[in-house]
Amino acid sequence: MDLDLSSEDAAFRDEVRAFIATNYPQEMRVPNPETDLTKEQSLLWHRILHKKGWVAPLWPKEYGGPGWSVTQRFIFEQETSRAGTLPPLAFSVTMVGPVIYTFGNDAQKKKFLPRILSGDDWWCQGYSEPGAGSDLASVRTKAVRDGDHYIVNGHKTWTTLAQHADWIFCLVRTDPGAKPQAGISFLLIDMKSPGVTVRPIITIDGSHEVNDVFLEDVRVPVENLIGEENKGWTYAKFLLGNERTSMAGIGRSTRYLKRLKHVVKTEIGEDDPTFGELIKEIARVELDVLALEATELRIIAQMSRGIDPGPAASLFKIRGTEIFQRITDLMHQAIGNYGLAIREHPVSANRFMPGPDYGHTATEKYLNSRKLSIYGGSNEIQRNIIAKAVLGL
Amino acid sequence: MDIQLTEEQELLRSIIQRLLREQYDFDERRKIVATDEGWSRRHWKSFADLGLCAAPFQESSGGLGGGSLATMIVMQEFGRNLVVEPYFETVVLAGGLIEDVGSPEQRQTFLPKIMEGEAIWTLAWAEGRSRYDFNNVTTTARRHGDNFVLSGTKAAVIGAPWADRLIVSARTSGGQRDRFGVSLFVIDRHAANLHLQSFKTIDGRRAAELTLMNVEVPAGQLLGLEGWGVAALEACRDRAIAALCAEAVGAMSVLNSATLEYSKARKQFGVALGTFQVLQHRMVDMFIALEEAISLTQHLNLSLAAQEPNGSKLASGAKSKVGYAARFIAEQAVQLHGGMGMSDELNVGHYFKRISSINVQFGDPAYHLMRYAQQS
Repeated sequence: MDLDLSSEDAAFRDEVRAFIATNYPQEMRVPNPETDLTKEQSLLWHRILHKKGWVAPLWPKEYGGPGWSVTQRFIFEQETSRAGTLPPLAFSVTMVGPVIYTFGNDAQKKKFLPRILSGDDWWCQGYSEPGAGSDLASVRTKAVRDGDHYIVNGHKTWTTLAQHADWIFCLVRTDPGAKPQAGISFLLIDMKSPGVTVRPIITIDGSHEVNDVFLEDVRVPVENLIGEENKGWTYAKFLLGNERTSMAGIGRSTRYLKRLKHVVKTEIGEDDPTFGELIKEIARVELDVLALEATELRIIAQMSRGIDPGPAASLFKIRGTEIFQRITDLMHQAIGNYGLAIREHPVSANRFMPGPDYGHTATEKYLNSRKLSIYGGSNEIQRNIIAKAVLGL
Repeated sequence: MDIQLTEEQELLRSIIQRLLREQYDFDERRKIVATDEGWSRRHWKSFADLGLCAAPFQESSGGLGGGSLATMIVMQEFGRNLVVEPYFETVVLAGGLIEDVGSPEQRQTFLPKIMEGEAIWTLAWAEGRSRYDFNNVTTTARRHGDNFVLSGTKAAVIGAPWADRLIVSARTSGGQRDRFGVSLFVIDRHAANLHLQSFKTIDGRRAAELTLMNVEVPAGQLLGLEGWGVAALEACRDRAIAALCAEAVGAMSVLNSATLEYSKARKQFGVALGTFQVLQHRMVDMFIALEEAISLTQHLNLSLAAQEPNGSKLASGAKSKVGYAARFIAEQAVQLHGGMGMSDELNVGHYFKRISSINVQFGDPAYHLMRYAQQS
């Protein structure tokens, strides 16, 4: 399915397509780019996009965005995800960047934005805490004012790729007496500050993606406070809104579906009792993708007419993640006995993995994708959002 | 990509909405269904007077040139109001077939009356054991001089008791399940040796089992090429599905808003039903199912209008996905209305029954899921 593109937009699409084909680093084409690359390797494409001026499609031109229309942004997203490129670091570009240029002061913009764009600073997100999953307002990490500094104490968790991070943006409690949402501030903390400790959390797929981050008497200069003290909740919600818009993941799902169909046709004979069931389930999920894609195109068309999609973003998060989880589930079923095997970490081509290449990451993907319906506001939270904001319940 | 309706299309929609709001509320519909005939010639005339019957036909056929998007707009509003008059059968099925495969003479003879609202038509393709297979035809048509002679039975023909004319599929050659050899014939409803056994359908309409015992049909009433009826029926099915999906979407949207409203008003255990999270999440899933159904229905109608090559595969995909979504919404709407959902007095059950009927017509969601899968 394609947008009905104007000739300028079609030319733009061709330009993006050609740019990816020529410039996407071969080094990054590994079985699982999310886990198999070093920090430097995973920044290669980010730096190439930065040089081209394409690293931050959502940003306004004055801060280093490309100044694209809604349609162009959509085309870029579609082309890069169809081509299977590893997107630039979302925590930097999609999340904290827009908070800084929207709510930060001039000094903060000048200090942080260029280094986000260039990839010189790697950001991680200090939202979740032990005991506070999707209920963000129950943040307990404390920041106490001491002259020109805050003294921060607390424990952040599920912090994605904190092991690589130069900076962490944190929600901290600055007014313990206020109502939960009212006493929170948005603070930027240098990961090299004394008192910051990162401890890996190994997830069920065996990978090291997330971490605990301990903050013990960390001294943070007050100039690292975003906006006003105790207004952090507003900035946090703004950020979460951005996080959800890109979660339909049509390009990725389409790519995985194609591979899944290939695997089913190669692996499974038509006389296998599983065959009919898989074919049926694949058709079902293919239609789910088609319907979500058609919905996304409807929303894009509305946005380019100036209509704010609002909480529709939650719909994409819910369905996009459900669909991708289903695809990884079916892929795991499709590889049969080799679903027993899982790659060991750190990943190395020298370690023996049984079965055909295309099955090597099936198990870890299946396990890893369970996270999708949990993070970024669990799918249950997303349903709460739609119930309240769309249905008025 | 989003259908931004043209001014003409917006006008068409608002005309229908206004007419139905003023003349076709649920009580009126109940009265119509309760009459002996089961449909209203007066309302049919107002539809035709507004140009609805001419809306989708090409201008070269004397129509208004609205195509599948016009059909979509009409059917969606008819779905919202549970209109029982045989628009789908007359305009979408029969009219579409005549325009698609009829000879110039047949188009000139039949289409003006359809567009003016003066003739009711329907299509009889199914048989007792054919299920959803157009190939599976035991009714025969033998050549006899300048005529064909038709014998056999046709099953569950919606609108047949109301119809002036029928399009009937019959085998002119080949074995029972051969694709080639099925032909289409135009038959007068009052033709000699055509017998109808009428019955009421779950959604308040009238249908009939047909028995043809040597019905004589002039050769000029062969519709389309002899032996190529299945291809004509397949194209007809794509259009039919696009229309039925639009009708389903209309019905689903009413069910969703009725359920939502009820959950806000109805109190249990001292609070509104809508405060319970389990019900909120159910209604969110109903909301998502409807949004996806709208998107897919629009996508199908746009693809058919643009004559995209994968239109038929897409039609099956939509029939399946929209059908499952409609069933989910209909069942949950009844569930969330509790005991009231079971009551014949409330409109909810009637939407449920119309959706159940739509899901059977031209193949159910499971049939079309597999048809879609086989084309992947």
